[in-house]
Amino acid sequence: MTLSALTKPWEAMSYGFLDGSAKRELRRKMLKSVAVPGCQMPYASREVPMARGWGTGGLQVSLTLVNPQTRVKVIDQGADDSVNAASIRRFIARVAGTPTTMDTLDADLIQSRHRIPEEILREDQILVLQVPNPEPLRPVQPNMSIARQMHADADYGRMWLQLYEQIVRSGRVMQGASYPSLVHGRHVMTPSPIPRWDVPKLNMSKHLTILSAGREKRIFAVPPYTRVEPLVFSDVPYKVEEHAHLTCYRSGTKGFFMNEIPQDDSTSAYEVSDSEWGVKAIRQRESEPVTIGETWYKNGEMPE
Amino acid sequence: MTLTLDAPRIVRTRALLQVSNVSKSYGPVQALRNVSAHAYPGEVLGIVGESGSGKSTLLRMMNLEETPDQGSYTLDLPDVQGNLFDLDRFARRMLCATRIGIVYQNPHLGLLMKHSSSGNVAERLLVAGERSFATLRAKATEALEASEFPLDRLDAPPIELSGGMQQRVQLAKAIALEPALLLLDEPTTGLDVSVQALVLDTLKRLQQDRKITMVIVSHDLGVIRTLADRVMVMRRGEVVETGLADQIFQDPQHAYTQQLVHAKL
Repeated sequence: MTLSALTKPWEAMSYGFLDGSAKRELRRKMLKSVAVPGCQMPYASREVPMARGWGTGGLQVSLTLVNPQTRVKVIDQGADDSVNAASIRRFIARVAGTPTTMDTLDADLIQSRHRIPEEILREDQILVLQVPNPEPLRPVQPNMSIARQMHADADYGRMWLQLYEQIVRSGRVMQGASYPSLVHGRHVMTPSPIPRWDVPKLNMSKHLTILSAGREKRIFAVPPYTRVEPLVFSDVPYKVEEHAHLTCYRSGTKGFFMNEIPQDDSTSAYEVSDSEWGVKAIRQRESEPVTIGETWYKNGEMPE
Repeated sequence: MTLTLDAPRIVRTRALLQVSNVSKSYGPVQALRNVSAHAYPGEVLGIVGESGSGKSTLLRMMNLEETPDQGSYTLDLPDVQGNLFDLDRFARRMLCATRIGIVYQNPHLGLLMKHSSSGNVAERLLVAGERSFATLRAKATEALEASEFPLDRLDAPPIELSGGMQQRVQLAKAIALEPALLLLDEPTTGLDVSVQALVLDTLKRLQQDRKITMVIVSHDLGVIRTLADRVMVMRRGEVVETGLADQIFQDPQHAYTQQLVHAKL
């Protein structure tokens, strides 16, 4: 027997870009984070050919989870066609040979930055969110060692201090994104920079959500059918953005999260943030065959 | 007819705070050597001594921030039992938040400088589990009012306030939950004399109104004389003399106390 018979043929890189041990570590950490919902698990966070802070955490999780049959969708700020989303999608397809899609209903794995799609995700879908700052306690406790002790003790009183300050200063809760939320009644997490509009979608959702911060090297998860409750005062109710009455100027859909587009005459036009949802609405209007899924928000309201 | 006389109150009442035989050393430095102290409900205990005498270490232990090498600490409260130094981190935090208030010499230790003043007071209530905004606001205002803080600066961050005001915010935070024990670590050091007098005045009035047990640490005999009922003199980690305030100031027994009183007067 020769040495070459025992070794594998040379490859430019391993499947899915990351090497086997990196993927094994990530799988173990994902299992851990699913076992303790909302608890941040440290992980090694390998190098990927992208700058830290551009979604490396999400990318590593996606690369670990894909197989050649996984249909991948990548969203950046709600859009599938922005540079970051297109590049990540193409990269995953190139290194893992996965089919890609833009349709939320077709996707098996959705990597997203800043948004959760408007259509309800199913049990067999996985949502991977890119997180810049995984530590909800950072604004009130800059010392990370003490912050970890506070998580261990469920000492979250100070989180409300932030909300108190905002109400005192501005008359209402100003926290627009990364709204701190209590997962499964135990750990407070920051649900990545998704808007307040999207936080209720995580509550008792059917799909698995994995949140990964590549630069900060922390991973946490919201397993299916897990309570996610935004932190609120007992006498100040939680409010989502007031987008329910806005109409998209391109697709004509109403009651979804919108992007504001300033116009020359100092007014604003609104465009639906979930670009694929807008595309579907336009195609339906033009009588093309499209499958439209059930949405989380109905007539701009989240059903109880 | 026989007349039955009750024993004097001081004999009948049990001490609220009891620190027994506490020793602590930091490497070669013995900060405290077999120190015992007690305070009765509603009493003000003054601790005097020069820098490095261990008085602040003792106070930090009373606030459960430090654990001694040996010794015990009990508080005579309905739901508090046993040696408090044996409590775990979680129980300590709850006890400190609800039963003990502290005012530090340096406001940076006790306050979140960039949050609002009322927010600083509200934090105490939040840690204790209050979750209604209206209640928080009302209670924070009430505590700040009791410590004679000007209410038009309610939401100013402490970093923009004067030293005297910062101490008042600390005081409001300490008394917000009506603690059984109030610890004061050099509360007026670093303030100018007129502001010092005003803060002392507030402290004295609070003590009379609320009958809080206080332990006040200072190197300034004037402060101790104004506030304290009983005085403990410390030197090099040991208690050299204890007695009623008048006794100590009029008739000091220990040579060191005599020096101290003479130096002041």
